Amino acid sequence: MPKLESILDLEQFRDVCLKDRDAQKPCLTVCAGSGCTASGAHDVIAGLKKNLEKLGLADKIDVKSTGCHGFCEKGPVMIVWPDGVFYNRVTSRDAAAIVASATNGRKPVEKLLYQDPQTGERVLHENDVPFYARQQRVLFGNNGRIDPRQIEDYLRVGGYKALAKVLGNKTPGEDIVEEIKKSGLRGRGGAGFPTGVKWAALRANPATPKYIICNADEGDPGAFMDRSLLEGNPHSIIEGMIIGAYALGATIGYVYVRAEYPLAVEHLRVALRQAEEFGLLGQNIFGTGFNFRIKVVQGAGAFVCGEETALIASIEGRVGEPTPRPPFPVQRGLWGKPTIINNVKTWASVPQIINRGAGWYASIGTERSKGTMVFSLVGKINNTGLVEVPMGITLREMIYIIGGGIPKGKELKAVQIGGPSGGCIPASLIDLPIDYEELTKAGSMMGSGGMVVMDETTCMVDVARYFMEFLEEESCGKCFPCREGTQRLREILERICAGKGKEEDLEVLTDLAWVMKETSLCGLGQTAANPVLTTLRYFKDEYLAHIREHRCPAKVCKELIVYSIEPTVCDGCHACVAVCATDAILGEKKKSHQIDSGKCIKCGACLEVCQPKAVLVS
Amino acid sequence: MAKLKINGIDLEVERGTSVLEAARFLGIPIPTLCHDDGLTPYGACRLCVVEVGSANGNGRTKMLSACTLPAEDGLIVQTHSAKVEKARRLLLEMYVATCPQSKTIQDLASKYGMRQERLAPKHDNCIQCGLCVRMCEEQMMAGAIGFAGRGAKRRVSRPFDMTSSLCRQCGACMYICPVCELRCHGASAESTLCNGCLNFATVCMQSYDDAMCFLDPCHACEIGGPLRSDVPVKLSAVKSAAQEK
Repeated sequence: MPKLESILDLEQFRDVCLKDRDAQKPCLTVCAGSGCTASGAHDVIAGLKKNLEKLGLADKIDVKSTGCHGFCEKGPVMIVWPDGVFYNRVTSRDAAAIVASATNGRKPVEKLLYQDPQTGERVLHENDVPFYARQQRVLFGNNGRIDPRQIEDYLRVGGYKALAKVLGNKTPGEDIVEEIKKSGLRGRGGAGFPTGVKWAALRANPATPKYIICNADEGDPGAFMDRSLLEGNPHSIIEGMIIGAYALGATIGYVYVRAEYPLAVEHLRVALRQAEEFGLLGQNIFGTGFNFRIKVVQGAGAFVCGEETALIASIEGRVGEPTPRPPFPVQRGLWGKPTIINNVKTWASVPQIINRGAGWYASIGTERSKGTMVFSLVGKINNTGLVEVPMGITLREMIYIIGGGIPKGKELKAVQIGGPSGGCIPASLIDLPIDYEELTKAGSMMGSGGMVVMDETTCMVDVARYFMEFLEEESCGKCFPCREGTQRLREILERICAGKGKEEDLEVLTDLAWVMKETSLCGLGQTAANPVLTTLRYFKDEYLAHIREHRCPAKVCKELIVYSIEPTVCDGCHACVAVCATDAILGEKKKSHQIDSGKCIKCGACLEVCQPKAVLVS
Repeated sequence: MAKLKINGIDLEVERGTSVLEAARFLGIPIPTLCHDDGLTPYGACRLCVVEVGSANGNGRTKMLSACTLPAEDGLIVQTHSAKVEKARRLLLEMYVATCPQSKTIQDLASKYGMRQERLAPKHDNCIQCGLCVRMCEEQMMAGAIGFAGRGAKRRVSRPFDMTSSLCRQCGACMYICPVCELRCHGASAESTLCNGCLNFATVCMQSYDDAMCFLDPCHACEIGGPLRSDVPVKLSAVKSAAQEK
């Protein structure tokens, strides 16, 4: 492919791409994101290809592997174009039926259609599935349509139009910054700093060269939205970065991505190579005299490297430890030069804003939080997956409509939002609108968008302990309050979980949390106490039950619970004996069993298999 | 020049001056554990946090470390507000628990009104202020020691845990260490608090570690390696050495 020398070249090439492919030609797009790959998407793809070849239809029907569609719970998922028929829980055995239906009158395969759990009705199109219906997929919308390895696919859905717009009109940098400011876009990495303001501060700094960085160091447990965007639509991020570089006068950009995301790195590298070949990156882009290159830096997976000064240190080859701000990176960043660091989703939002206008973007969301936010909905929820919703949606809508409620009819207890250093929002705040301000008011934070749903079987003290353990491990250890505070908090929480806590401990927890919040060097330490503070605020009774009554209300903390078998209920089926790993259950078949508490490790395996519900936890 | 206000006093200092330096110029004491005038600011001990606002900040303040905060026009700094004092007290409570034998920390704790200790003592000794690491690199031009590990496992160490050929055994790291200074100044009868070489088999880093106290024979104690756990401490030798002084 020859280099695109001008915007005219780009548009002509886009036309070629569009004409190249008949819009009515059937295409089977299978999600090959990380979730669906794990549930066997590649077998499905291979099965489809095999069946098509067998029927000699390989050139009549396309098979495409795309990035994440979001509905990981029902994976592998796929869409049959041009009708847009949505199939879920596809296996390679279904391949023949899918191919047959795509060729013969396009009658959908009934059993693969999504079934509404309430009504039992089958749903034909993706957008009619409740999980998708309430979403507004600005960033992820194209994931289901394009093959991330094909720049042509991105061009077909209107890719690089925003870049052509700003370069073609020779839009001055300050106008682009002004547009971003007007859109109300706020940093999607978690802190929610207004992107336009940050950009304006960089422009105001006369020092050169300037650098821009895409922060793809997504380290929260259970979060995979940056990963999915990099895997599914890397060109949207590259386009955003090129526009950003043009507006800010940067010539080199970096993508800092974790090495644990091999597929994301691979897709990004492929996309960068294509963009360079096409002349979208490099010297004299589209003959405008604007030069820009993007380098990929792989991080070694330290959570703290998502903090911008630590990230800069890591790119420079130093240990990933934060340095105090000010000076901020826009003043003195990478190699001591002015630097902008934005999250993956922030960069990907830029082309959308340029294309559709700041007014359109600002019309989505709430008064102070604009646009859409991507959440990874995980935990005790029926529909796990990636969800992109307008800001301001309530937790209730998120959990009961999009998420489909809590499995096994259990009660919702809390939602942990914002990653490990976010906070736990109790079920009583279910009508809380999700935006930056409301979450902060409730003691949590937006973070990068992790959303862990917890039901009644979760012990909140244990949750706080778990997150402190994670943060203790991930604290870089440079500043004293964070290094020492996380250790001390974890020790105290462990003590409480073991029933050895004292009431004074609660005061110590509060004091330590306060001092960490106020004096820690970076965002990690300043927010590390949030899980403790929010659980103390909303679930103090659970702490007190552990301390005063030596009782774990959720029956989770192992030192405070005892397993036993109710002899009148036990039918002696022996199922529990079979699963017990420590041979702690005694008793003959058809006679009631007993648990040897000396051997019992309280794993709960017997509880799960017991049909007559004879296993008791007290 | 930068015009700022510290505790209500207007002040003009050269650009590039830190708020800590500016405050000390006014004679306002700010406690530090990881700062030394000859070394680059590090901002890790957090004891020097001050409450910072600005004229147009609508009364909003932030807690920032004075040693790393450059003096800028319009800064309004409070070095001894109730919030700062509370933070210092709590930090010192944590410091005393981490490193109970340090005279420097005990003195600071007493000076800044820390009156209760609710945390279990740890005897970690090293507070990872990084003074020794910076001293070695910036003043002694050696770079023989550095940090290794992360979080709770982070420690001062040498490359591959072996004595580096870059180490000239100058003792500067010991000289500047705020938590073992007494001990390393030798066993003197006047020091009632530490007397580490007399009382403890363990030093700076739990066990005798070459990185922190590598002089063998130990110049400070003037006897050969009394602090090593594998060498029994000869109290008589230490005492006679002290008397000779």
